[in-house]
Amino acid sequence: MCGIAGLIHRNGSSNIGREMTDMLRALKHRGPDSTGFAIYGEPEKGEYVLRFKVAEQEELALGHHIHAEIADRRAKVDALLKEMGVNVTELADATEYAFRYQIVFDGDLKKLADRIEDIEGAEILSIGNALELIKDLGDANVVSDQYGLGDFIGTHGIGHTRMATESDVDIRSAHPYWAYPYNDIAVVHNGQITNYWLMRRELERAGQRFVSDCDSELLAVYTAANLEKGISLEDSLTKSIGEIDGVFTYLVATKDELGMAKDTMAAKPMVLYETDDLVALASEEVSIRAIVPHEIDTYDPYDEEVRVWRA
Amino acid sequence: MAGVTQDQDTIAEEMGMHTIPLRGRDIKTMFRVETEGGYGYPFAKDVDFNKRAEIDCEGKGCTFVNKRIRELMDEGHGTIVLKNPGAQHSLVVGILNRLNIIIDGSLGYFGCGLLDGPNVRISGRVGWSFGENMMAGTAIVEKNAGSTFGAALRGGDLVCRRSAGSRTGIDQKGGTIIVGGDTGAFSGFMMQRGRMVICGNAGKNLGDSMYDGTIYVGGEIQDLGVDAVQGDLTDADRAWLTRKLKMYELLPKKGVEHFTKIVAGKQLWNYDNLEPTEKKIIL
Repeated sequence: MCGIAGLIHRNGSSNIGREMTDMLRALKHRGPDSTGFAIYGEPEKGEYVLRFKVAEQEELALGHHIHAEIADRRAKVDALLKEMGVNVTELADATEYAFRYQIVFDGDLKKLADRIEDIEGAEILSIGNALELIKDLGDANVVSDQYGLGDFIGTHGIGHTRMATESDVDIRSAHPYWAYPYNDIAVVHNGQITNYWLMRRELERAGQRFVSDCDSELLAVYTAANLEKGISLEDSLTKSIGEIDGVFTYLVATKDELGMAKDTMAAKPMVLYETDDLVALASEEVSIRAIVPHEIDTYDPYDEEVRVWRA
Repeated sequence: MAGVTQDQDTIAEEMGMHTIPLRGRDIKTMFRVETEGGYGYPFAKDVDFNKRAEIDCEGKGCTFVNKRIRELMDEGHGTIVLKNPGAQHSLVVGILNRLNIIIDGSLGYFGCGLLDGPNVRISGRVGWSFGENMMAGTAIVEKNAGSTFGAALRGGDLVCRRSAGSRTGIDQKGGTIIVGGDTGAFSGFMMQRGRMVICGNAGKNLGDSMYDGTIYVGGEIQDLGVDAVQGDLTDADRAWLTRKLKMYELLPKKGVEHFTKIVAGKQLWNYDNLEPTEKKIIL
C-alpha cells in the first residue's frame, strides 16, 4: 500500500523535520516496514551534505565481526574522501552504520559517488546542497528520533512509509530515492510500475545507474535523466504519465521545487491542501491534519494531473 | 401498490431504463409495508429525532465512535452530532435505522458505508469510498469528495455539493448520486442501475462498461467509455432533474435543458455469452 507525503513552505523556512515526522506518523498504517525522509534545509554556500551508510540494520544481528567490518568500511570511505581531496567540515553518526558528512568538494560528483559505492557495503543515501535523505527500518518516530530530525529547519520535504510488496525490507529498498548521482533530487512513490525492466534497461543503456531492484527508483533515475537534458520538472512529470506504465502517484523534490504526478487511471490516492503559505499533500487527509489540526479544504487531484510548487 | 409500480415502470421506460427486476435482497421479507413502522428492520431502534446527543471524536478512533452511535440509538437519540471527526476513516458505518447524523467536519476513507436509512449531513470533505453500498436515506457532503464516491450505491440520495474524484459511482446498483461540480475519470464505471447527475464536467471514460442506469452531465464530457452512448433527454428526465436538483438547492439558474443524458448502448449486455469475434466487434 505505502503512504507518501510532502509539504512546501512558500514564504520561508519552518521546522520541517518535526512536520514531516508528524505527517508520516499519521500514515504508519499504510506502511510499517520502513520510513524515509527527504528534507531540504538552507544550503551552506559551497558545501554538500553527504549521507551514506555502510551496512544494513539487520546486518548488526549477524555477529560480533560485523562491528569491526563496519568500522573498516567507514575507514575506507574516510581514506577515499581524503584521497579525492574532499574536505570534511563536520561529521555526525546517527547510528553505527549511517553517517552525515558536511563536505567541501569541487571535483566530479559522479566520480566521487561511484568510488564510494565501489566500497563493499557502502551506499550513498544522498548528496546535496540542500537535500538530506534519511531512511531506515521502523516508524516515523523511531527514525526521526534516531537521526535527530525533530529540529530540522527547512523549506520543503517529502517522505514515505513503506509496505514492502516486491522487494526486501531493508534500507536499500526504502524510499525516498535519491536520483543518483544528481544532487538535491529525491522521489517518493505509491504504486507499481509495470514496464520497470523495459525502462530500466533503456536508462542503463543511456548510462544511468540503479542501486536497487525497487521499481520506485526508476522514477528518480528517470526524473534525473530528464532534468539533466534540460527538461523542466513539470515537463518531466507530464512526460512520465505517457511513458511509464502502471499505477502510480509520486512526488519529486528538487532544491527549490516540489512536484506531483498522478497516473492515467488515478488509482492511487492523493489529497491536496493548498494555501498561499503552505502546500501539503499526502495519501490520506489524516496526514495533513497532523500539521494543520483545524478543518481545512482539500481535494483529490484527478487522473494525469501534474503540479509543481516553488519554495 | 400495483398502480404505483406501473407508473414507475412507465417513467423508467421513458427515461431509457430497463425494468427487469433486480435480484438480491427480498424486500418483502425484510420490510412489511402494510405493518405499522413501515420500512424499518425488525430490530430497528425506536429513536426520537428531537432527542439530540454529541460525540467528540478527537482521539477516539472509529470503533469507539461507531459503538457510541449505537449506544445513543439504544437510548432513543434520533439526532447525533459528531464533533472533531478530524478526517478519520470508517466513521458512521453500517447503521440500519432512521437517524439524523450531523458531522461537523471532514471524514477520511470509507465514511458512511453500508447505511440503510439515516439522513447524514457533512459540513466538510469526505475521502475515498464515501457512502459505499448505501441502501436508503440521504447523505449530503458540503465540500469535495474523494474517489469512488458512492461505489456500489443501491439506494437513497448521495449528494456532493462540490467536486468528486475518479470512479464516482463505480458499480452503482441503484439510488441517485448528485455532484454539484466535476467528477474524475471512469465515473459510472460498470454502472448497473440508478441515476447519476454531474452538474459540472465529467472526466474521461464516463460510463465505461455500464450495463444500465442513466448519467446526466451539465458540463463537458471529456469522452465516453465503452458502450456508453448519448440518449434523448425526455420530459420525464427534465422533470426528474428539476425536482431532484431543486430539492438539494443545486438547480442551475438556466434550468436543466443543457444536460446531456448518457445511457448504456447495451452492446455489452450478456457480454459473457458472446462469441470472441462478437466481443471484438463491440470493443
